[in-house]
Amino acid sequence: MSSSLSSRLSADRIAGAIFVALAVFAPLIFSEYWVATLLTQMLFLGVVAASLIFLSAYGGMVSLAQVSIYGVAGFALGNLTTNGNTKGLNLGWAEAPAIVVALIIAVIVAFVFGALASRSYGIYFLMITLVFSVIANLFFGQVTSVSGFGGISGIPIPDFLSRTAHPDRLYFVTLGVALLVYATLRYVARTPFGLTLQGIRDDPVRMSSLGYNVALHRTLAFAFAGVIAAIGGILFVWWNAQIAPSTIGLSATIDVLVIAVIGGLYRLEGAWLGALVFVVINNYAQDVDLVADRFHTLIGVVFLVIVLVSPNGLIGLWERITAGPRRALPMDITQERGSAEPTPVG
Amino acid sequence: MTGFAAYGSLRHVGRAVLLALVVFPVIWVLFIASGTSFGPAIDDPKDFLITLLNGLTAAALYFVVASGFTLIFGLMRVVNMAHGAFFLLGGYIALRTQRNMVGGDVGLGLSSAQVSLAQWVVPALAGVAVVAGIGLIMQQLFLRWNQGQDLRQALITIAISIILADQMLAHYGGVAQDISWPGTFDKFVNLHVAGIQYTLTRLVILGFGLVIGGALWFWLKRTRSGMVIRAGVDDRDMVSAMGINIQLTFAIAFVVGSALAGFGGVIGGSFASLAPGVDANWLLNSLVVVIIGGMGSLGGAAIGSLLLGLTTNFAAAYLPSNYTYYSIIFTFVLLAIVLAVRPLGLYGRPA
Repeated sequence: MSSSLSSRLSADRIAGAIFVALAVFAPLIFSEYWVATLLTQMLFLGVVAASLIFLSAYGGMVSLAQVSIYGVAGFALGNLTTNGNTKGLNLGWAEAPAIVVALIIAVIVAFVFGALASRSYGIYFLMITLVFSVIANLFFGQVTSVSGFGGISGIPIPDFLSRTAHPDRLYFVTLGVALLVYATLRYVARTPFGLTLQGIRDDPVRMSSLGYNVALHRTLAFAFAGVIAAIGGILFVWWNAQIAPSTIGLSATIDVLVIAVIGGLYRLEGAWLGALVFVVINNYAQDVDLVADRFHTLIGVVFLVIVLVSPNGLIGLWERITAGPRRALPMDITQERGSAEPTPVG
Repeated sequence: MTGFAAYGSLRHVGRAVLLALVVFPVIWVLFIASGTSFGPAIDDPKDFLITLLNGLTAAALYFVVASGFTLIFGLMRVVNMAHGAFFLLGGYIALRTQRNMVGGDVGLGLSSAQVSLAQWVVPALAGVAVVAGIGLIMQQLFLRWNQGQDLRQALITIAISIILADQMLAHYGGVAQDISWPGTFDKFVNLHVAGIQYTLTRLVILGFGLVIGGALWFWLKRTRSGMVIRAGVDDRDMVSAMGINIQLTFAIAFVVGSALAGFGGVIGGSFASLAPGVDANWLLNSLVVVIIGGMGSLGGAAIGSLLLGLTTNFAAAYLPSNYTYYSIIFTFVLLAIVLAVRPLGLYGRPA
């Protein structure tokens, strides 16, 4: 048992090291299109998906509101930094204060969302956060003073990161942020805060009896994941230079869920694995006549197959391969967890 | 102790804020309403009554759709994320059937004078039947063997909704289209109250809502199969231990729930229009209604529909003209108030 566990650990480490090495040397290996477009996109989508997986894996909260928080940060940054020539407030701020304020706004929104949803569990939590996401989308679509239907375009990127300064800089910054996010989430999961969160995931009633403020703790975890999602939103705006309500619509919300589920909802690494698969399928589907216009049908089918065949996603598949035949499968994350309602007797 | 006292006073503040959020809009609509196109209700009762009727008729449509959602959830704990896609599909099937039945060059769309009552009813039944069938297939093929894993079932229905939405975009295009009401419905009636001339179609929708609500109530409370469903909601295992075929009951509930989504789509497609994205809006409406009302409760769906219908219509009509586009915030505020007071919804109870 211990030998298979240690072999899995080392297999994980080797795979992880290979991935990081490939990511670092990607500009030498892949074309500029791959690096600047696909891999950068993969990295920031992974950051957003990681915020969802963090909540799901350590907090038992499958949140569909991550894309709305990502959007709030993106729209806030767009409104703050643009200077004329587009919709929105065009405040023309400098980058640094704009980033800070955008993050703060996004975290406040995340805190409010989290506080409202914090007393709901399981499938209710998923539904409530989905509603938040759709409302945020409609808000930006309707409120023309901050965005309107067409969204904000021409959002400036810091000079240092622009494609003209150096084609790969944005990629490396995104990579650095992604690695930092990964390390931070791993670290937070092991702090007393993260351990308490896992306790709440497993048995909220008991944690409440032990004196923990369960609702507040879940709210704070949600706000913390909101920071991560917001960072993803800022990277997205730099990469895309524009943001529109359709960018954070229901289909984008579901895309991030699909990424997290394809990767595996219970391990952080799954976020980037899922994002890689998503981005690559998206890219190659354009070239295949049969599916070029029907990308979402393809993604829907892939998603359906993954949910039906391997509920733990590709990471679950990987663990099954590296674990050998004897190791017990990890708990099925898609089974309901951490339901606050006491089981009815009789 | 001081901590408790502070927490207590915080609660009072919270209550006061919630109360103000409920009372102020009422006072605003009745007496102030400055900067709106109508003015306060005491000065302009006619437009107030029209807004009220609009709210009630919208609520009727919300109820038709959300009652199907809540029926499925109540019995099977399945959150059918494809409910919005079912709504849109029902509408599209009816639309195509109607155009085939009427025939000729449709051009930009049919006018109600061309459409007889049968040319609305038959397409409606076709839409309902197809969606009910697809709902049954989805339940039997994908959901039945995953019973009890509610997150996994929700993910499956999300996958189905992605596929359906994309296929509908491929087959029916991205342009908004609408089903034509029959000429018999498409006229104004004099209500003999404050001289209001009101569209008959909206009253028909209200009628559908009331009839469907009454029929569901009768079915669930007064018939044997309805009683089995309610027993299944309370204790699934016991019901099946008593020799009742719970799988058949599940299938019936799923067919009826999907059919209601499809019928909602037919009404919605006649009342407004059908286009990509409409499915997301109707999933939102259904979710908001059942989150407010309480999952799985028919009465909750009725109350939730009323609150949502009135909120959206009054917000759109009684916000100062420059701010009408903020009306979406009121949906959020409504949801926030309910969740702050009752996390399980007004009629919700722990599973």
